[in-house]
Amino acid sequence: MAAPLVAEPTVTGAAPVDAPPPAARVMHGRATPYLFLLPYLLIFGVFGLLPIVLGVWLSLHQWDFQLPNKPFVGLSNYKELFSSGSLVYGDWWESVRATAIFTVASVPPLVVLPLGMALLLNRSFPGRTFFRALYFAPYVLGVAVIGLLWRFLLDANLGFVNHLLGVVGLPSDTPWVTATPWAWLSLVGVTVWWTCGFNAVIYLAGLQDIPAELYEAATMDGAGAWDRFRHVTLPGLRPVLLFVVTTTILASANMFGQSYLITQGAPGNETRTVVSYIVERGLAQNDAGRAAAMSITLTLMLVLVSVANFRIFRYRED
Amino acid sequence: MRKARYLVLIALAAVFVVPLVWMVLTSLKSYSTAQQSPPTWLPDPVSTYGYDRLFQPGSQNPVLLWFVNSMLAATLHAALVLVTASTAAYALARMRFAGRRLVFAVVVATLFVPPATLIIPGFLVADTLDWLDTLAVVVVPGAASAFGVFFLRQFFLTLPRELEEAAILDGANQWQVFWRVVLPLSKPALATLTVLSFLSNWNDFLWPIYVLFSADRLTLPAGLGLLQGAYIADYPVIMAGAVLASVPALLLFVLAQRYVIEGVSRSGLKG
Repeated sequence: MAAPLVAEPTVTGAAPVDAPPPAARVMHGRATPYLFLLPYLLIFGVFGLLPIVLGVWLSLHQWDFQLPNKPFVGLSNYKELFSSGSLVYGDWWESVRATAIFTVASVPPLVVLPLGMALLLNRSFPGRTFFRALYFAPYVLGVAVIGLLWRFLLDANLGFVNHLLGVVGLPSDTPWVTATPWAWLSLVGVTVWWTCGFNAVIYLAGLQDIPAELYEAATMDGAGAWDRFRHVTLPGLRPVLLFVVTTTILASANMFGQSYLITQGAPGNETRTVVSYIVERGLAQNDAGRAAAMSITLTLMLVLVSVANFRIFRYRED
Repeated sequence: MRKARYLVLIALAAVFVVPLVWMVLTSLKSYSTAQQSPPTWLPDPVSTYGYDRLFQPGSQNPVLLWFVNSMLAATLHAALVLVTASTAAYALARMRFAGRRLVFAVVVATLFVPPATLIIPGFLVADTLDWLDTLAVVVVPGAASAFGVFFLRQFFLTLPRELEEAAILDGANQWQVFWRVVLPLSKPALATLTVLSFLSNWNDFLWPIYVLFSADRLTLPAGLGLLQGAYIADYPVIMAGAVLASVPALLLFVLAQRYVIEGVSRSGLKG
């Protein structure tokens, strides 16, 4: 259940599934492979697969952890999400709106800025590894640390950010975490600060995979720096770009800790994200059935977004 | 041109580093220094106030215990991932058996399930097993992640097969091949997976805050969330807590930078 530190690889990263082990037979007993798999599959079954199946099951029931009766309610938990006037309709869509705003605002800077950083680092010069490490450093800290840190830095009265703004002659009383649109700017800014080193490292690896001859050939053809970027760098980065865009959208759409710790959903519940609302509904208010229906709806929405994303990239390829 | 590059590099570095420096400096301020407006940069005088309060014996927030819990959980988690992922990945990379493709497909498919989806039913599973509020609940479930299996399988596939075949000819069984040939050749990949697993567990927040309840069972990130409420605006204490959670992560990153960067780089590559 731990959020993976590293964004998980896409299938495009998979070696062919059906590559058969070559003919040279490695001798092993019939049971051996299963014995090797057993420890992992046990954990995977109980904490990977079972929760997926159970999630569907829960979503079809009215499920209160504390009540003995957990009646089957069919699709009504799902229907409620789409019928105005239901118990959860208002809060659910407010949280969807929050997640949508955050995703739309955070993905572009998280895709573009790290690319700039990677280009800056994509040359050999003294101190390169050092700078790369500094840019990456915030990412190795957890959301609890960066949440507390930025809650403090963004404090309207005692915070470093307002102080700094005052020093350069800008308003120094911005309510960064208690009013919109400032709260959005804070959440996006903190997230960009926290994770852009991660995307930069991925881009950097992609840049290093582009053969130098392509650049040389382009230069010989008289291409300037911008042309080389457009016609060599960007096409060469396409698979990496797709990976970065997809994983960044998914990460942003699953945002939780930043809003939980920095804005605490404020003002009102305006910055409470879908994931925050799901866990609050499901675990704090014991309404696991509705929360599970929301989880699955969120997953389906993200599948749609990912499919659209893959399509757009493929379309551009033609 | 060269100078301009370094200026940009340094300005950018400041953006990432200054907030962390500010965290450390604030943790060394006295309460009154931290309350000053405008804030001062340097803690003058340097004070242990924040750390004293953080570690004060008999506090409702046993921070030292949280630190120990986190250390234990992250270490055990990394070890568990290492054992389960490497054996499973080896079977998937090198052995022939019925169901191999199915197992791999199902494991990879779960890479696409948003982790938040698993929280509610995962909680129910943990509850059924009577694991809530125990060490096991923050050690084991995360090891179901497909990342480690996938990552190691890809690595094992790049190893030259000849060495394994030679060992078989010498009479080694599958386990000996795995233990004496494959694992020693895979040290860099194993190191990467260990460091990444440790860090992701050390930093995990969403799961522990809902499955751990008792003050003496919390992990450090889960506890830090409480500090914010307990020491409202008492920033030296809160920042001391943040420093305590940062130091092991940053130290590990500095020592194992190569492996961390390598692991992250590879996650986006190899189309």
